[in-house]
Amino acid sequence: MNTLVRENRNGVQQRQEQFVMPAASVAEDGDNYILKVEMPGVNKEGLDIAVENNEMTITGRRSLPAVEGTLIHRESRLENFRRAFELDPSIDTGKIAAKIEQGVLTLTLPKAEQVKPRKIAVE
Amino acid sequence: MSIIRYQSPATSAPTGFDRWSNLRDELDSLFELPFWSNFQRQTQLFSGWSPALDIYQNNDNVIARVELPGMRKEDIEISLHDGMLTIAGERKSETGEADKAERTERYVGKFRRSVSLPTMVDASKVTASYRDGILTVTLPKAEEAKPKQIQVNVE
Repeated sequence: MNTLVRENRNGVQQRQEQFVMPAASVAEDGDNYILKVEMPGVNKEGLDIAVENNEMTITGRRSLPAVEGTLIHRESRLENFRRAFELDPSIDTGKIAAKIEQGVLTLTLPKAEQVKPRKIAVE
Repeated sequence: MSIIRYQSPATSAPTGFDRWSNLRDELDSLFELPFWSNFQRQTQLFSGWSPALDIYQNNDNVIARVELPGMRKEDIEISLHDGMLTIAGERKSETGEADKAERTERYVGKFRRSVSLPTMVDASKVTASYRDGILTVTLPKAEEAKPKQIQVNVE
């Protein structure tokens, strides 16, 4: 569990482009881990999820059309989102499922068969 | 999502955090907006959840954009009173009791943001849309607040 959420900050710092780190939550739900990442303004087209050597990098690019007019007050950030997670070896990376709804990415990370609790019937 | 009647903050069951965020918005409105625009979001000091708010204007409209990821549109309330736009709402926890959050950085609960609008707006024509976790409120300027060109006839 710890390695699932341990971020790899070095990976982020090496890039040229500046990113903001989105807020995230991790929950364990039976046979899956559920990872939620908040990326307001990002939809399916702007999303890139890459898994390499047990490291998952999520990049979200804002794709909402710009507002016509002059900006008079700003609190939101211009930068796109990026965050890297180290995946626990128990996660079956081939079966990760993702969906994004109203700016919240939900990733379902299934546990590999060999780590699921198993009952052995006694004959 | 609906335009609701303005309710005085004192009567809307504020929690401790809500009071702070109201105070902050009141303080904000005391100062001119451009004065604060240099400051990055230093809102974490005051409140658990204070969604980022951007204000734009053009000749016809004032446009407010708020980052509200993962809300249901029914849980967003927009009200307008005395040139003050208030956006409030509550994000409910999506997780049932079966799955326990191991670690979270995401806020759950109520928020309230108020901002004084730079011009008079026509409250009956306010529209709002919620897409990709961003709420966009379009407030058409009142006729008398729109810039007008006056023809000067030189004789």
